[in-house]
Amino acid sequence: MTALLEVRGLKKHFPIHKGVFSHVSGYVYAVDGVSLHIDRGETLGLVGESGCGKSTVGRTLLKLLEPTEGRILANGDDITDLDAAQMLPYRRQMQMIYQDPYASLNPRMSAGDIVGEPLTIHRVGAPRERRERVAHLFDRVGLRPEAMTAFPHEFSGGQRQRIGIARALALNPELIVGDEPVSALDVSIQAQIINLLMDLQDEFKLSYLFVAHDLAVVEHISDRVAVMYLGRIVETTDKTSLFEMPLHPYTEALLSAVPIPKASAKTRKRVILTGDVPSPINPPPGCHFHARCPYAMARCRHEVPLFREVKPRHWAACHLHDGGVKFPLAAPAGA
Amino acid sequence: MSQATAVEQARSAPGAEPGRAILEIDNLQTHFFTSAGVVRAVDGVSYAVRSGETLGVVGESGCGKSVTALSILRLVADPPGRIVGGTIRFAGNNLLDLSESEMEGIRGNDISMIFQEPMTSLNPLMTVGRQISEAIALHRGLSRRDARDQAVEMLRRVHIPEPERRVDAYPHQLSGGMRQRAMIAMAVSCDPKVLIADEPTTALDVTIQAQILDLMRELQDRLATAIMLITHDMGVVAENADRVVVMYAGRKVEEASAEALFEQPGHPYTKGLLGSIPNLEVAAHTGARRPRLNEIKGMVPSLADLPRGCTFAPRCAFATAECEAASPPLFQHRAGHWIACWHADRLLDGAT
Repeated sequence: MTALLEVRGLKKHFPIHKGVFSHVSGYVYAVDGVSLHIDRGETLGLVGESGCGKSTVGRTLLKLLEPTEGRILANGDDITDLDAAQMLPYRRQMQMIYQDPYASLNPRMSAGDIVGEPLTIHRVGAPRERRERVAHLFDRVGLRPEAMTAFPHEFSGGQRQRIGIARALALNPELIVGDEPVSALDVSIQAQIINLLMDLQDEFKLSYLFVAHDLAVVEHISDRVAVMYLGRIVETTDKTSLFEMPLHPYTEALLSAVPIPKASAKTRKRVILTGDVPSPINPPPGCHFHARCPYAMARCRHEVPLFREVKPRHWAACHLHDGGVKFPLAAPAGA
Repeated sequence: MSQATAVEQARSAPGAEPGRAILEIDNLQTHFFTSAGVVRAVDGVSYAVRSGETLGVVGESGCGKSVTALSILRLVADPPGRIVGGTIRFAGNNLLDLSESEMEGIRGNDISMIFQEPMTSLNPLMTVGRQISEAIALHRGLSRRDARDQAVEMLRRVHIPEPERRVDAYPHQLSGGMRQRAMIAMAVSCDPKVLIADEPTTALDVTIQAQILDLMRELQDRLATAIMLITHDMGVVAENADRVVVMYAGRKVEEASAEALFEQPGHPYTKGLLGSIPNLEVAAHTGARRPRLNEIKGMVPSLADLPRGCTFAPRCAFATAECEAASPPLFQHRAGHWIACWHADRLLDGAT
């Protein structure tokens, strides 16, 4: 079966300009060789810390940014080199929800016009039909249709995110990329939006790429999870295996760093990483994670680990598994 | 003094170590006088922090948790804000009665604070060393050179690598985690008795958050500082706090030991809040049919126009006519477990 969307070897390098002639003095290796696919009706969670390139992946695979290298396939069609006009039919199928509902809505447009804009751009229906569709969308995302004439500043953060969701739904897309869609919201509102996204997925058979830094939220909403570190995916599998049997030391540390809201959490054993995430301008050679990895070996410093299927449907990029699956990671070699 | 002791005994749980209450807030009211009306940001809040303990203060944006903290240090901007009632007792004195110069002797010395965003609370034009030694020189009367040596020592204590070099770094030359370490170094440089940490890790990535929380625990073990940990993150509270105060719309709605709060929340808001957060362990084991999160319907009311009676009633599944008629007082349901809800008994019984 062809995946709804697939990327192979995706790279996005941003040039750094310097000096009067703004010559290129270096690159930010934001995305440095990412391959992933999203199947119909599934939610793929993409998780990682700030600067790991997860948002850039989301934008590049919708071709909101031109990839530096790699292929993007929508329903098996290679869309990598299509121009804006050729992209139009594909754009209808792929929409985006942004993190900051304050910055992603035009403050001079009414909420109704914002939600109806994709319909106008893609010339869907007559003006009256569009208005009806917008009213229906408002109702569906839990906004009163009277709110169509109000402007973004008149809404709360949670309501603005609902407007963003209604806009993304307007064209009946197959795929929605959510870039930290609930990170800016208070927890009680966050729960409302997560529930809404899951209800909409059931109703419209949507597929999601859910980009976020909050592992608990990602595990809740996703079927499969991909973990990114410094421009590369280090591990992908279904969410249960990821939690039960993390095969990459970074995933293990990430899981252990997430605070768990229950009474027994205090006694939990933790892996606390040392140091900071290195800069994507000058990523370390070999495995990008080696400087912070508690299990790093000599070869990790110069040899990039292959991203491979270590166990069935469980992919990881780590030298630890070269002699067969090693789990738990902390076990001595050969045990 | 004897009165304070009585309050303290009533509050401590049996078997729990009866730490001495070092800071006691009593019926604090901080209001903001705006063109839209009086915003009751803090509306009669009382709680105490004991030596050596970590008190978690949780709630969503606008619940008054940060304004309470700023009130303690008398840092609320006036106008529009003003502390209109209550007392804040520290070492026998009501901080609200002190002169501004007496307050300066307490800020950063006996009570210090770390903020969410180190980039905005550190001075970008001064090296971190200067900023740390400024506090030490001011409160300890050290010479500039000695204060600088002390600053290097503080940076070492918060595990900043190469402290001799970093002491001359400007804030922008440090990473987010390093900046937060520098701010902690500044805050603990005078061995404060109370450290107020207002969302200290909210701007940080989780692996860095784990480092910073670990550092705070380590410093607390060494200095026996009382920590007031203000956060919206229930996970951070569960893993770090001994006792917890839950705030909603400017009031305290529940206070309990961390164990009791997470095992048996007694206020519908606390229960709702806990139900609305995805739990990593649970989330990882739910299959294709994912359970819906327990959402709290509606939104936090406007603090300028609070509903009559219980302010949570309009969002509460347990609300009855009684709740809309009168605001529930705080009742002690079990030792050390205080709840402001007419139906707390029902909730606690249901939880067991």
